[in-house]
Amino acid sequence: MPEATNERVYGPQYKLIGKNYVTTDLLAKVTGRSKYAEDFRAEGMLFCKLLLSPLPHARVRHIDAREALAMPGVKAILTADDLPAPADTLTDNGTVIKASKWGERGLTIEPVYQGEPILAVAAVDELTAAEAIERIQIDFEPLPFVVDPLDTLRPGGPNPRTDGNIWTTPPGATGPAVKELKWTEADFAETKSGRLPMGKTPDEWSYGDLDAGFKSAALVLDETFVTPDVSHQTLETRSAMAYWQNGKVYIHSGTQSTAQTRPAIARWLNMDAEKVVFISEYTGGGFGSKITGGVTMIIPALLSKKANAPVMMRISREEETFIGRARPGFQGRMKVGFSKEGRILALDMFVISDNGPYDAQGDSPTSGRMVSLLYQPQAMRWRGVTVLTNTPPRSAQSSPGGLQGISIIEPIIAKAARKLGLDQVAIRYINCPEGKAQYGPLVQGQMQHATSAFLKDALQRGAERFNWQGRAARSPKRIGSKVRGVGVALSCYVGGTVGFDGLLVITPEGRVRFQSGIGNLGTESVIDVHRAAAEVLGVAWEKCDVVWGDTSKHLPFTCVSGGSQTTHAMTRAAHAVAMDARQKLQEIAAKGLGGAPEDYTVANERVFRKGSAGMTLAQAARRAIELGGKYDGHEAPADVNKVTKASIASLAGQGLVAAAKDNYPRDGMTHSYVASFAEIEVDVETGKYYVVDFLAYADVGTVIHPRALGGQVLGRSILGIGHAIGQKWVFDPHYGVMVAKRFHHNKPPTILDVPVNMQWEALDTPDPETPVGARGIGEPPVGGGCASILNALSDALGDEIFRRAPVNADTILTSLEAGRPVQHPLMAHI
Amino acid sequence: MAGGLDSFDWLKDRIKRPKVLVDLSGVAELRGIRTTDGGIEIGALTTLTEIVKHPVIREHYGLLAEAAELIASPQIRNQGTIGGNVSQDTRCWYYRSGWPCYRAGGNICYADTPTGRNREHAILHAERCVAVNPSDSAPALIALDAKFVIQTSKGERIVDAEDYFIGPDIDITRLHILKPGDLLTAIRIPSTWAGARFYFEKVRDRNVWDFPLMNVASAMHVSGDTIEGIRLAVNGAAARPLRLKAVEDAVRGKTATPATGEMAGKLAVQGAVPLQFNAYKIPLMRNLVKRAIGGVEEAKWTS
Repeated sequence: MPEATNERVYGPQYKLIGKNYVTTDLLAKVTGRSKYAEDFRAEGMLFCKLLLSPLPHARVRHIDAREALAMPGVKAILTADDLPAPADTLTDNGTVIKASKWGERGLTIEPVYQGEPILAVAAVDELTAAEAIERIQIDFEPLPFVVDPLDTLRPGGPNPRTDGNIWTTPPGATGPAVKELKWTEADFAETKSGRLPMGKTPDEWSYGDLDAGFKSAALVLDETFVTPDVSHQTLETRSAMAYWQNGKVYIHSGTQSTAQTRPAIARWLNMDAEKVVFISEYTGGGFGSKITGGVTMIIPALLSKKANAPVMMRISREEETFIGRARPGFQGRMKVGFSKEGRILALDMFVISDNGPYDAQGDSPTSGRMVSLLYQPQAMRWRGVTVLTNTPPRSAQSSPGGLQGISIIEPIIAKAARKLGLDQVAIRYINCPEGKAQYGPLVQGQMQHATSAFLKDALQRGAERFNWQGRAARSPKRIGSKVRGVGVALSCYVGGTVGFDGLLVITPEGRVRFQSGIGNLGTESVIDVHRAAAEVLGVAWEKCDVVWGDTSKHLPFTCVSGGSQTTHAMTRAAHAVAMDARQKLQEIAAKGLGGAPEDYTVANERVFRKGSAGMTLAQAARRAIELGGKYDGHEAPADVNKVTKASIASLAGQGLVAAAKDNYPRDGMTHSYVASFAEIEVDVETGKYYVVDFLAYADVGTVIHPRALGGQVLGRSILGIGHAIGQKWVFDPHYGVMVAKRFHHNKPPTILDVPVNMQWEALDTPDPETPVGARGIGEPPVGGGCASILNALSDALGDEIFRRAPVNADTILTSLEAGRPVQHPLMAHI
Repeated sequence: MAGGLDSFDWLKDRIKRPKVLVDLSGVAELRGIRTTDGGIEIGALTTLTEIVKHPVIREHYGLLAEAAELIASPQIRNQGTIGGNVSQDTRCWYYRSGWPCYRAGGNICYADTPTGRNREHAILHAERCVAVNPSDSAPALIALDAKFVIQTSKGERIVDAEDYFIGPDIDITRLHILKPGDLLTAIRIPSTWAGARFYFEKVRDRNVWDFPLMNVASAMHVSGDTIEGIRLAVNGAAARPLRLKAVEDAVRGKTATPATGEMAGKLAVQGAVPLQFNAYKIPLMRNLVKRAIGGVEEAKWTS
């Protein structure tokens, strides 16, 4: 990651908020001393290996493991028969969600994608386990399969699951169900002209008068676009180690949420969460693939029980490609009507989301919401279908649905600006959300709205800083075989949730200890958010400690770090718990030193009355223990989650225990925004292009930790850029198997694929609907990263070069040669 | 086994299971770069990093230094050897996944079917198999007229660089002439082309750690503007790096200009047959050959 080159002073009124500092986990990370799941060893530990399905869809008729089990050193085998029945979910408000019969369980007798684990073998070492796996004979009955969503929607097309090919939620149902959907030959006639067929979809919404919008439009564009399926490819694969002690299972693995992985494990193992201890101090990246870890972590847990020994499951890079999750690719089509000033009057959006074989992903509906918010069309319809295929399971990936929606619409806006003779920044400015911007779909007849949006400021300031006008007016654009192009894109995503708990202890030594249930997935929010509480309490950061990474360490109810929730949700919780601590300190002081609580100020590690005596935090903590009750955790607030209550009870008596639920009001749904700018240089003789310059200008509310923010803004921009410049899946549809399994085949971007001097900036304008003013940032840069590159490419090469991402030398050269797009317009996974 | 970068993939994938593996890394004689009367000799186990950094290679045989520096990534160049780079197997994703194709002794090419995924495969000289040679150093060595020194059970054998590589017409199961028991010990580069006008270009999807979609290497003796001598090779187009003799003959005596390059490029791709996903390789090869002869204009942007 290039050093964030930002030197602005954020939050001048604050001591901690907006300031850079060194997080307590940094030294261990950069010196290699941090222990990830794979680094743990336990006495007598066995290793396990997985047997993966070679077929994209099959039924296991018979497993013969006799030879393997007879091998010296082989200790146990685990098959789907050994898995506990899927557990129902009891939500916090008491609703029971029945376990889905289509859900993923970790091992299976009906593999629905190539690479799905069928069984696992534990042995004294990995080599023995691998050899044992090869000696197991499996009799498979091949079943119909499909890897391209369009192929299963065709009349008579194969179904990826025995009972259907799409996810839909029937009216009145509690959850999505697998159903069958086939389109007609007439629907598919569209493919002859390279346009996406638009058959019946189970889901649809609209607002405004679409027809009137198109009628009054000065320009109507109707474009088909395909976005790539992209594996998460976290640096740390989903390795896991597990053992049992006194009826409790201990699991080490990576996660995006320490606190919420524990109940997930309990559900997968169908056991009481109190019997689960989950340890995850460091996680090598998640991006949505490890929101609550991964279901496969139960494999070493169950093998450990069977073999009565700790079991380590190291996941190889190739295995991770199969089981490590990916973003659903979209086959999308959009018809957009523009006024002559470039305002979007009507927008008709149609998407097919390639869901893989398991749980329904929200990318398809989310893409409609994001497009609606980001470009504020006066009338809009969204139609979508989430199609199952026999390809590896999907999960949310940074900006799920947002990346795809933005990648489909942005090139259309760029094309419209050229056709209408408008500046690219100007056309985005007039469609840009502002303030409490509204968006669809209608909920109970009402448009939804954002908490705030200052994207127009970010767009304008970004354009200035990037010298947009100068670059866009570059002349000539071509020298020799080199052509320059510039692109700008808007981007947004959900930026926060509400209602979680904060928990801290002021110790008798006068230190403030934050209990952090956030996963340490590399964003630093696990530590950063607590600075907001320290700021309220006026405590020097050197006097603070953060406890994280182990569910036996009394963690509060915490949001998962997915969907850019954490900075918003957990600074609110941090603010709430700091206010609770302050109140308790004031009350303790008043009890001991007289006067009313509100007479007392909390600052400089003391609670005191002006011109009068006070006490130190250490004295107050000792006093809290003497007082007991709510002051030292013997009583918990009524409204905190039961998980937090259990942690409070465990911490009782350790000092002043403060706990609070985030009950702050919020008007609107929280989103963050980015304006992204890119310049590229293409060599039209080789098709090779370089990203020359890049700037992301973010509207994320109050800046909490500039260096971490810069890392997110640029890192997630790179994640998006990867979708434009090369990252993809390649499948052979005849065999239903993935051929691009290695990094050098599926091409995640490297640090040399982006400019050395990538730039970022943030407005630092507080969101008015949250006490600290901060919103999340993980997802919002992603769509802009991808779309700014796509737009720069069409600026350089014209609108008739590509109809899909990624765009590489093959696309560019063949299209330039032919003078029209020649790549297959619809085919998935090429 | 030399640096192990090709071999370990096969072993870790449990596709190749040799009974015996000989690690050559302890054989000192196979390492190092020596200047000789007629040029230089590079031990087969010399790492790519050593080649990139070597002052004589940089000064006189810069074509090789340039090619070597574009191989893979710094870590891989530290471990990978020149002998390994020229002797590595193809990266066809079907073959490397252990599919029983022609090259693996079977009787089908999975990449060359109506649904085969073949973006990175051959446009020339395909015969049953459409895999390509992935080496970046090979075309540079051919252009420099290098000789490969092979130790066989019958003694030493020296072959021209271009004859070290073979296509499926000769042996579909290997990319080079080494037979069991043979060992590539050194590569000798004569001084014939030292300090000539060189051109090397590699086109790849990523800016580091990527095999070539295609590469080109040329060495030219130019007098005034006239090409007096030229050696030209392309890799990534066929199962072996192709020395383009017909192009060399056609441009010898002509001026080293874009116009000659255009003509050469068109000649180079004669007979090229695209597969479903690799038609871009035809204009790519045409343009790379053009640039190797006529050069490429540097873009100097004013703002």
